[in-house]
Amino acid sequence: MSLSCRCVIAGIGHTAFGKLPGRDTVSLNVEACREALNDAGIDKSLVDAVFVKVPTSAHQFMYGQKVAEALGLAPRIGGAWDQGGAANITLLSFAVMAIEAGQCDVALVCYADNPRSGNRAVYGRPRGDDAALGWFSTAAGYAMIHRRHVIEYGTPPEAFGAVALASRRHGAGNPWAQLRKPLTMDDYLASPWVVDPLRRDDCALVSDGGAALVVMSAKRARELGVPQPVPVLGFGHGQTSFEPPQRDSLTRTEAARAAATAFAMAGARPQDVDVAQLYDCFTITVLMTLEDYGLCRKGEAPAFVADGAIEHGGRLPVNTSGGLLSETGMPGLQLVMEGVRQMRGTARLQVPGAKLCVVSNQGGTMHTHSTLLLGG
Amino acid sequence: MDLPQPEITDLNRPYWDALQQGHLVYQRCGCGHGWLPARAECPACLRPGAPWVRASGRGMLLSWVVYHTAYHPAFADRLPYHVALVQLEEGPRLLTRIVDGHARLAGDAPVELQVSHEGGLALATFRLRDDAGLPP
Repeated sequence: MSLSCRCVIAGIGHTAFGKLPGRDTVSLNVEACREALNDAGIDKSLVDAVFVKVPTSAHQFMYGQKVAEALGLAPRIGGAWDQGGAANITLLSFAVMAIEAGQCDVALVCYADNPRSGNRAVYGRPRGDDAALGWFSTAAGYAMIHRRHVIEYGTPPEAFGAVALASRRHGAGNPWAQLRKPLTMDDYLASPWVVDPLRRDDCALVSDGGAALVVMSAKRARELGVPQPVPVLGFGHGQTSFEPPQRDSLTRTEAARAAATAFAMAGARPQDVDVAQLYDCFTITVLMTLEDYGLCRKGEAPAFVADGAIEHGGRLPVNTSGGLLSETGMPGLQLVMEGVRQMRGTARLQVPGAKLCVVSNQGGTMHTHSTLLLGG
Repeated sequence: MDLPQPEITDLNRPYWDALQQGHLVYQRCGCGHGWLPARAECPACLRPGAPWVRASGRGMLLSWVVYHTAYHPAFADRLPYHVALVQLEEGPRLLTRIVDGHARLAGDAPVELQVSHEGGLALATFRLRDDAGLPP
């Protein structure tokens, strides 16, 4: 029996994004959950599951229970999950499976972190014994993959730039966005190296903030009079696991399997997608996700993204609220929330008539991947 | 400023000892799978105790990155510096440096081992094989 369409995202909520000094992550989670419950129009007493992604910058023991305690809840099921940035969609799918299995009724899925005003050491950390070579930082792993894509497929800098331009253009008019400065291709090409071949404008923002989703069955949403439920049509996961240097290929990941699972569950095809929210921690991630999802063939992402095709008004608008490159560097939930807005028809840059949205989340250095399909 | 030091353990000591002798070694299991860095169990067949064997030292440059920021003070006066990814002809892959510098690097370039001694450490680094493709 398919789970497709039997659960919905009933509410979305988030804090401000950017620099939020003095706010701890538990407080940010509570604010985001409060907003999500308001959006769903339900009281917190209905919530009996709390699924929390651990704060990337500061792992804490029993963190899921700290958040539940601050929410004043004694949930039936929940906890904190570590899978990097793929965890949000994974936790949403765990919530759906728990609801289907009769283990809970209404679930909160939430995440908050404060690396911008707090500690961002996690992003510049040494990478094991290879630190003796100077192998540091999250960016370097992506830079290694980016260069290999260029070697194998001749990917020009302008293809990476097209991804940055789209996110920055979409975020420019988003009042919530942390970086609202549009980017030209000349700006992109002149932007300084972080770890060559990564330019500054290839790299996600570092942000404080929190976000939350309310998940329940479609039946429950009808009973409760939830105003704008958005059906979960499909989800899938794939874990490449190995560190980039140990992978057989740097340019293929298990994202392909995650997407295949999600599309099969939804009974949909990649070419049916109207709008996409693709994890853009670095621009290479978007190009490879387009390829791995079958939205274009391997090595053909540069042609796919050219001429504004992934900008609003183009063939497949991507990251319509600005993504990690413009809205907030928060790992992933902003993409799910924008997918919900697109399917409700309430997005600021609405794609007219959009009925199918694909959302990707991924974690580590493309170690983990999760795919979500939402329906309108 | 000293380089960040690797953590030498009973498991990886043969790797570092071999480099001090000028050799590069990797682990090769009885099942045929070979790998770096050191692991207690073979990730293919899960059996422990794979012996260390000497690599030919020949390989291919898969990718590289060039740092323009020092994430550790030991690298501040080396900027810009690079870290490269090499696949050995026996299969294992490792992070390394190409001693020729990054200006001449090219994807899939053939390389060969040239151990570098720095601050008491022997590091597995490589040089470009300019003679590649020529008859012996």
